[in-house]
Amino acid sequence: MSEPFLSIQHVRKSFGATTVVQDFNLDVDKGEFISFLGPSGCGKTTMLRIVAGFEQPSAGRIVVGGKDMTSLKPNQRNIGMVFQAYALFPNMTVAQNIGFGLRVAGRPRAEIDARVAEMLALIKLGEFGARYPYQLSGGQQQRVALARALAPKPRLLLLDEPLSALDAKVRVSLRDEIRAIQRELGITTIFVTHDQEEAMSMSDRIVVMNAGRADQVGAPFEVYNRPATRFVAGFVGTLNVLDAVVKDPASGAVEIGGVPVALARSLGSVKAGETVSLALRPETISMTHEAARSISIPCTITAVNFLGSVIRISADTGGNSLSFDTFNNPAAPPPTPGDRTTVHFSPADLLVLQA
Amino acid sequence: MRKFWAWAAVIFGMLYFILPLLGMTEFSLKMRRGVYSFDAYAKVLADPRFQETFAYSVGMAIATIIFGVVLIVPTAYWVRLRLPGLRPYIEFITLLPLVIPAIVIVFGYIRLYNTSSFLPLTGSATGTNILLMFGYATLALPYMYRAVDTGLRTIDVGTLTEAAQSLGAGWITILARIILPNVLVAVMSGAFLTFAIVIGEFTLAALLNRPAFGPYMQLLGANRAYEPAALAVIAFAITWGCMALIQVVSRFAPRAPAQLH
Repeated sequence: MSEPFLSIQHVRKSFGATTVVQDFNLDVDKGEFISFLGPSGCGKTTMLRIVAGFEQPSAGRIVVGGKDMTSLKPNQRNIGMVFQAYALFPNMTVAQNIGFGLRVAGRPRAEIDARVAEMLALIKLGEFGARYPYQLSGGQQQRVALARALAPKPRLLLLDEPLSALDAKVRVSLRDEIRAIQRELGITTIFVTHDQEEAMSMSDRIVVMNAGRADQVGAPFEVYNRPATRFVAGFVGTLNVLDAVVKDPASGAVEIGGVPVALARSLGSVKAGETVSLALRPETISMTHEAARSISIPCTITAVNFLGSVIRISADTGGNSLSFDTFNNPAAPPPTPGDRTTVHFSPADLLVLQA
Repeated sequence: MRKFWAWAAVIFGMLYFILPLLGMTEFSLKMRRGVYSFDAYAKVLADPRFQETFAYSVGMAIATIIFGVVLIVPTAYWVRLRLPGLRPYIEFITLLPLVIPAIVIVFGYIRLYNTSSFLPLTGSATGTNILLMFGYATLALPYMYRAVDTGLRTIDVGTLTEAAQSLGAGWITILARIILPNVLVAVMSGAFLTFAIVIGEFTLAALLNRPAFGPYMQLLGANRAYEPAALAVIAFAITWGCMALIQVVSRFAPRAPAQLH
């Protein structure tokens, strides 16, 4: 097994009596795109700042390329960083901003000019070198910030919520652009975000953080479809949580709102008569009966939200409330609140939630 | 009606300030009996002591500004970046020169740094000049610190510092190439105010016995009639020139830092 390029080992960070990062461990391969995903205050930005060197860990080590970087100052680490607030130097032009790291490193003028031109072409702002930051839009400024971070050829690229300050359209186009540039350069990248869609669309692996810990590390498909904890299941994507009464733990037989359901797995240490929480993604529920969706539960529609291509419907099953999606069909208007209907899903789609 | 009272207040204020100045200016032009002339100005400008004391004060002002910038920019920057909790205390300290009279400061200096003290700065002209510069920097502290601190407030000091650090920059590079250029207008404002203070300052220079412009103005005022008025007009012109320069410089300032969209 090859040595990881970045290794975060048993990192803990406390501010006074408050511990914001607890025993954080992560190995990242060269060229990987990793996202730290979690709600505000979960410790993701603190962890990123520890990697950058802006915060010293209370315990643990940061190893990059086999070298312990824990005690190095930020300006000795050769790690590029892009900030949410762009942080372009207002007194410098775009070209001067991009060339700043190279000038600090004392590179020859010709090399700086060539690298700046290369970076400007990479971010498709070739004509903007002489402009000042205030003359650019938010998206353009963030692209310049990315080019500035990449110009000195850093070993690692850190992105601290770089899309949060941008409007929705720019955010989507820029995230594709960032991912394309990252793939082209093959640079190992850590991306911090609280936006699950961003994390899932961009990352090779996602680290879902909760209260200073990494609750789950995995590919987006795995994290979404096989959440390791109840927090991950709830935070990544929309989730319906159903209370089910256990009938036979060994065979996985339960009852949801009086309807018997055979789960695809046994329930281990749970006793008969106890209640377990089951999770169901909205897209796995349908109002149309199919062979694979063997469980049918009658319900009453409580709300209908038209979202354009998708309609999100909420329903009450008499004890549990469900939310599910259906595609917009101009020929078939959606149900209205108060309508009685039946929803269908497959027992294979039910996730048993851990605490 | 509201407009009338607003204009009335403005006109009253202008008369209150401008009439004495007009009176003084007119008086300074009346040296030659019966006609207006610039005789008083010519006499003042031709006086070798005017040239000496003015040149001395300009030199001291420049030294004070350089010392003030070197002392205050890093201090205000560091307080904003790493010691924000100390800001109220630092602000209080910088306000002290406004409530402690210059005469108290200068007697303190003389007591601490006289020829029989551990650091006998008053024992030589150079030492006394250095002492005077420290005194001027103290008097200018409230204005210089506030100007720089206001400038720092307009930029995201923390993030810009971290961005520069992540690009390999050390503290001196960050201060010289990122922070100072972005607060240059504020620094210039503080510098011009310092200049105006140093040019007109009397107490410190007189009690430290240095050939500065302030004591020269006082000496002239005690012995002549028209020249002091001419000198006062010149001093006003220098002060207003400094104010005008602040306005001019602010036009060349780098624009406000990148705003979030």
